[in-house]
Amino acid sequence: MNDAAPQFKWVGTRPIRPDGVPKVTGRALFGADLAMPGMLVGAILRSPHAHARIRSIDTSKAAALPGVKAVVTSADFPEQKFEYVGPERVAMNFWHMTRNIMAREKVLYEGHAVAAVAAISKAVADEALSRISVDYEVLPHVIDVDEAMQPEAPLLFPDMITRGIDPAPTKPSNISKRIEYKLGDLEAGFAAADEIVEMHFKTAPVHQAYIEPHGCVARFDADGQGELWSSSQGHFVVRALTAKLLGMKIGDLRVYPAEIGGGFGGKTVVYIEPVATMLARKSGSPVKIVMSREDVFRASGPTSGSAMTVKIGVKKDGKIVAADGVFKYQAGAFPGSPVMNGCMCAFSPYDIPNARSVGYDVVSNRPKVAAYRAPGSPISAFAVESVLDVLAQKIGMDPLQMRLKNAARAGTQMLYGPKLAHNGYAETIEAILNHPGYKAPLKKNQGRGVASGYWFNAGGESSATVHVNEDGTVVIATGSPDIGGSRASMAIMAAETLGIDYNQVRPIVADTASVGYTHLTGGSRVTFATGIAVVEATKKVINELCARAAMTWKVDAEGVIWEDGHARPASSNVGDFAPLSLKEIAAKRGLTGGPIGAAASVNPSAVGPGFATQFCDVEVDPETGKVTVLRFVAAQDVGRAIHPSYVEGQIQGGVTQGIGWALNEEYIYTPQGRLDNPGFLDYRIPVASDLPMIEAVLVEVPNPSHPYGAKGVGEVNIVPPMAAIANAIDRAIGRRLTELPMSPPKVLAAIDGGKQT
Amino acid sequence: MTKHHVSATINGEPAEFLCEPQQTLLDALRDELDLTGSKEGCSSGDCGACSVIVDGRLVCSCLMLAVEAEGHAIETIEGLAQGTKLHPLQQKFLEHAALQCGFCTPGLLVAAKALLDRNPNPSETETRYWLAGNLCRCTGYDKVVRAVLDAAAELRGA
Repeated sequence: MNDAAPQFKWVGTRPIRPDGVPKVTGRALFGADLAMPGMLVGAILRSPHAHARIRSIDTSKAAALPGVKAVVTSADFPEQKFEYVGPERVAMNFWHMTRNIMAREKVLYEGHAVAAVAAISKAVADEALSRISVDYEVLPHVIDVDEAMQPEAPLLFPDMITRGIDPAPTKPSNISKRIEYKLGDLEAGFAAADEIVEMHFKTAPVHQAYIEPHGCVARFDADGQGELWSSSQGHFVVRALTAKLLGMKIGDLRVYPAEIGGGFGGKTVVYIEPVATMLARKSGSPVKIVMSREDVFRASGPTSGSAMTVKIGVKKDGKIVAADGVFKYQAGAFPGSPVMNGCMCAFSPYDIPNARSVGYDVVSNRPKVAAYRAPGSPISAFAVESVLDVLAQKIGMDPLQMRLKNAARAGTQMLYGPKLAHNGYAETIEAILNHPGYKAPLKKNQGRGVASGYWFNAGGESSATVHVNEDGTVVIATGSPDIGGSRASMAIMAAETLGIDYNQVRPIVADTASVGYTHLTGGSRVTFATGIAVVEATKKVINELCARAAMTWKVDAEGVIWEDGHARPASSNVGDFAPLSLKEIAAKRGLTGGPIGAAASVNPSAVGPGFATQFCDVEVDPETGKVTVLRFVAAQDVGRAIHPSYVEGQIQGGVTQGIGWALNEEYIYTPQGRLDNPGFLDYRIPVASDLPMIEAVLVEVPNPSHPYGAKGVGEVNIVPPMAAIANAIDRAIGRRLTELPMSPPKVLAAIDGGKQT
Repeated sequence: MTKHHVSATINGEPAEFLCEPQQTLLDALRDELDLTGSKEGCSSGDCGACSVIVDGRLVCSCLMLAVEAEGHAIETIEGLAQGTKLHPLQQKFLEHAALQCGFCTPGLLVAAKALLDRNPNPSETETRYWLAGNLCRCTGYDKVVRAVLDAAAELRGA
């Protein structure tokens, strides 16, 4: 299976991942797998109410129980300043965050943490929780986003004034923020259109549903030094957030990355880490907290549900002349839905002269949302890509040809400000148009749907160190938790750059004290940004290797070049020396200056965005409304695939999550505002028997800003599937579904009584 | 609370442990025997991350009490490889890149072994239905199914 691009030896090949064996033998240590001597069990008491004022909390009976070593409430955590910090798209507010990890004045959703204990066993900890008495004043609650926006809706925060409106509203509401992007002249654009379609959509909140619940172990010593071992998408971020929430210095907390059992954005924030650390601080013993699956569903972030209206106008020839969208996203109990992303990504695959997107960030009595794979973009894309399909049918045009006609290309003005810097979208459409399956015949009740998607991808801060061992093997350390094969891609890039065998390179993920700051594994940034750090550090090592060879040969360092794993004289003028291999130079390092190693820290911003185009064939059972996916083909511009198997894996996984989002997954609430399906039996993610093989088509338009052309590949694949499936259902049975999930009852209702398109 | 003494065969070796009456087999494997390869994803029998084989039957160890293990033969992920020699299923999972995060992988491998123990030549559909009790959120199952079919072929000598 050597399909390396011709100019490369390792990039583009599929070697076995360096961390593979521990993961197939059960030896790999995930968040819940670490045990420390004297370790206590931590447990968290959670609100049974969707919305209630906390009059008082009495923990005395819990504290008095033998075997209980510490009890914690919000009173133990310092108050935080109310301010939004960080880039607007991902702004944080620690006043909110401290209230989310431990409720203060009010509980704002069922499952909201209220108190925590550390005890000598789980049985004692659970008994202690039952002895904590919380006096609640139950308040009216609101779950739905449209209802939460009504003037008479129960308010989560009595002083929340909508940001982004000038002049500012005088009355508080649940609308945290309004945003708007505008381009061209919308009215004139619609006036010039031959066909206009306007539709409303609703989507349900869906959970990332990583199989590993959140887990961590914390230790805190009398000298104020803490250690935390946790499963997260970014241990440097866990360190920063935990230290801030506890009022610690960052240098007093060291965080070790456990193996992470899936995250998809949901493990970019903290829930249990500050609580475990506070329990360790109060008890003086190590404390482990592991969330139950129910806790994960009730109290960790799903992504937003939404209500949306999208209106698009086209000419008869398929040219889009105007597009307008209103996107209302649930933020959960605290502000910060990904609606800004939704507004920015919605129309970005297309060159549209007149466009507007308006977004509302709305709080309601649900768990605070967290990032989920291309956060925000799949939601707005469901609406936009559905409307485009209706328009394509109205004007009698192939939906892919319509997309190709309007495809954004390098230089296209985007609604949110910049001009698109890279090509890659049109190539994904062409890949699907040319796929033999796209023209294959279909049977009764079967339909074929297409859709596309856009995601920014990300750069940001990353660090790596590279060290050459005395036998010529190489260790590379990065700060990026490996969530799906990144150790392999780092080793491939280092081996390629050094010109040595892949198996000579051992990559590790280092803790916060052992490598430079590295931002989250998220935003599809690791192979791009951390990859650049690895290549930069490797190049510094090569310079050093050349200097050592020059010293050995007693020539100037400029006279030595590195080629195919060897130092060689740059020309015959330098001298006649036999090439020195990395191994030979390493063996003599003690005579030439000592250990050979280098570090690099980078902050690249010239990111290549992600584009995806997909088609699927579905069959609808008219008796039951069940939709079966028969075929799924997903093309994506990946820049260049460093390890194609893991790139395909990202696409297959993202598509599958999209299929679950489209057909099954949703948060269901009781009238009391309690989550009714907090388990995998009733919150049904796709299982093996639900699916066909997912065909990933890797489109390679190399990214000039990465040494090997890589673009982020992790996220954009989840953007198209919901609309692709809705479009396929419509073409199968002539019914347009506008609400997710398109579960059998909804499909059946559409068949029985729904309007025909 | 009085602890119970349990004798069982685990991965071919006689084993003894003490457990509380309410402890699940999964808890005992992880907390009493330090066999943390079996994972807890849901503790309700829905995700299969804790899959073990008991007397030849595939079982979610979170749904079985530890005391019920008395006298039975239990196979866990830790017993799949022979020393440092990987089982063909493990090797094929690596070659096919059939894991991303790797958390569901032990359960999937144990379930796949139980499948191949009773059906050495499963079809793709049979494989998909057998593995339907093992949730994986990363891979979309594509490479998992291919790896199992490839391992089955190798074990058959095909």
